[in-house]
Amino acid sequence: MQFGVFSVSDITRDPVTGTTPSEAERIQGAIAIAKKTEEVGLDVYAIGEHHNPPFFSSSPTTLLAAIAGQTERIVLSTATTLITTNDPVRLAEEYAMLQHVSNGRMDLMLGRGNTAPVYPWFGQDIRQGLPLALEHYNLLHRLWREDVVDWEGRFRTPLQGFTSTPRPLDDVPPFVWHGSIRTPEIAEQAAYYGDGFFANNIFWPKEHYIRLIEFYRQRFAHYGHGTPEQAIVGLGGQAFIAKRSQDAIRAFRPYFDEAPVYGNGPRMEDFMAGTPLSVGSPQEVIDKTLTFRESFGDYQRQLFLVDHAGLPLGTVLDQLELLGGEVVPVLRREMAKNRPESVPDAPTHASLVAAKYGDAEPRQPRPRPNRGDNVTGASPYEDSDPAVQARLPLVG
Amino acid sequence: MSTTRRLVIVSGGTSDPSSTRMLADRIAQRAVIRAAEAGFDLELSVVELRPLAADLASAQVTGFAPATVQEAIDRLAQADAVVVATPVYKAGISGLVKSFVDVLDQDLLIATPVVLAATAGTARHALVVDEQLRSLFAYLRALPTPTSVFAASDDWGSSSLSERIDRAATELVVLIEAGVRDRMREASWHRYQHTFGGAASAPGFDAVDLDSDLMRLAAGGR
Repeated sequence: MQFGVFSVSDITRDPVTGTTPSEAERIQGAIAIAKKTEEVGLDVYAIGEHHNPPFFSSSPTTLLAAIAGQTERIVLSTATTLITTNDPVRLAEEYAMLQHVSNGRMDLMLGRGNTAPVYPWFGQDIRQGLPLALEHYNLLHRLWREDVVDWEGRFRTPLQGFTSTPRPLDDVPPFVWHGSIRTPEIAEQAAYYGDGFFANNIFWPKEHYIRLIEFYRQRFAHYGHGTPEQAIVGLGGQAFIAKRSQDAIRAFRPYFDEAPVYGNGPRMEDFMAGTPLSVGSPQEVIDKTLTFRESFGDYQRQLFLVDHAGLPLGTVLDQLELLGGEVVPVLRREMAKNRPESVPDAPTHASLVAAKYGDAEPRQPRPRPNRGDNVTGASPYEDSDPAVQARLPLVG
Repeated sequence: MSTTRRLVIVSGGTSDPSSTRMLADRIAQRAVIRAAEAGFDLELSVVELRPLAADLASAQVTGFAPATVQEAIDRLAQADAVVVATPVYKAGISGLVKSFVDVLDQDLLIATPVVLAATAGTARHALVVDEQLRSLFAYLRALPTPTSVFAASDDWGSSSLSERIDRAATELVVLIEAGVRDRMREASWHRYQHTFGGAASAPGFDAVDLDSDLMRLAAGGR
């Protein structure tokens, strides 16, 4: 079971001090938060992707690469990477590169994005968001698994004889999670490929997410990847912790009341009662988080939202101390109890390499020499499968 | 087939007593009488929107319904027919009624017979019910009765209001008795847009259509 944090990358005015951090402060803060995440013993740091103010994370792989260079153990991920408005070819290239520079300490979570103007800014149409996401991922999946890809679809210019470089580390593609809250097609795609499925579990009562996760589990089994209980499920959640419950409530209330998403709406107490938000003592956060397992079954990854709504960096780092020091150790112990042996952990690069090669040496692709035309044809690597021939367009 | 059907009143009236609620009650009571004549019982329940006003505002900004609102939605999901009544404010339907409709899944009321009703201080607002409520419920793919009921202040002294109430109630009972809602849903549920896990998924309807173009694309697109 992995525990970690995920960030939206919002730059929000601190409602207590009245000051808004600069982009520079928030970006350096994100790196500090990621390093702290590792220091306190958590497993995963994930960052969102946005292309408009007041968010800073337009280039997640650059940020995650910097963090990879300053950490040793944590898995770096995204929450989410936009599979709609990004070119899947660029995603294949950028995340394979991140996989190499992080020595395999990464995976990614795909999502559609719901900021309408982002689509036209990147030449896409939000009304086609779902087929766009599905088609793009079908291509991305192939680009990481086939040395040479011929492809034609509805949304992207066709590819003939295309090789995405670098090939994934050890020729093992990054593990992919698919994030969705009410789209069965996304759950179906995750199940079809045996990928992970993530429910953000933030804004709504958890009952909203149960049916989609159950659907994903059933379809995962249908496609022969294991039993429903062996499907790879991740959940979000949000917590604000203090030693004493009343201190947590008092400290977090101004941030809740002006939070960009739910602020100026429900009372914090009502939102806590109705959604997975917990604000309270370590024990209260533990108790609430343990209800997720009862609702969704044994799962693989729990991410908490901790750096949002204008919370200052110092407070976020303190939160991580409490999360890593007092909450997660208990959660690890409790969630391990009665967990069947057959329920797998979240895949890591090491486990995927072992699954693919066993004790054998992983493939290390070595390219053939440049022929002078900057392409290497149908067999770009010394060990590319000669049976795979690209259908290059005929000229003349 | 059960001989008891559920009729849910949705009232946007805000005073007590409210003429909007009174109009809705009269339509519902008339429908009970007409149903009894047709040989079945109508079980009435009321969704008063006034006590939900703050929670509806909260639902608008959070995107999910608090328990009180969810209870009202669940009741509508089980309704065989609905009476909706709104006051007219500033030449339009009440914002409270619109707020409630805004949080309903768009498949919640598919093919559900509905009587549309509105009250106002002047007959000059008479078309609000047909021009605004009717188009709103058309969007929801509900089935408004041919007769809608509008009552301005002076209509309460006119027997023609009772006649319109009776006509609308009779139309409603005919639609309920014919089982139009269930038959339309059984015939073509998959041809409407649905919200996965929404309140509309009655037993037998919650299976996801695995044979759609999008589902094939999800499964590799081959």
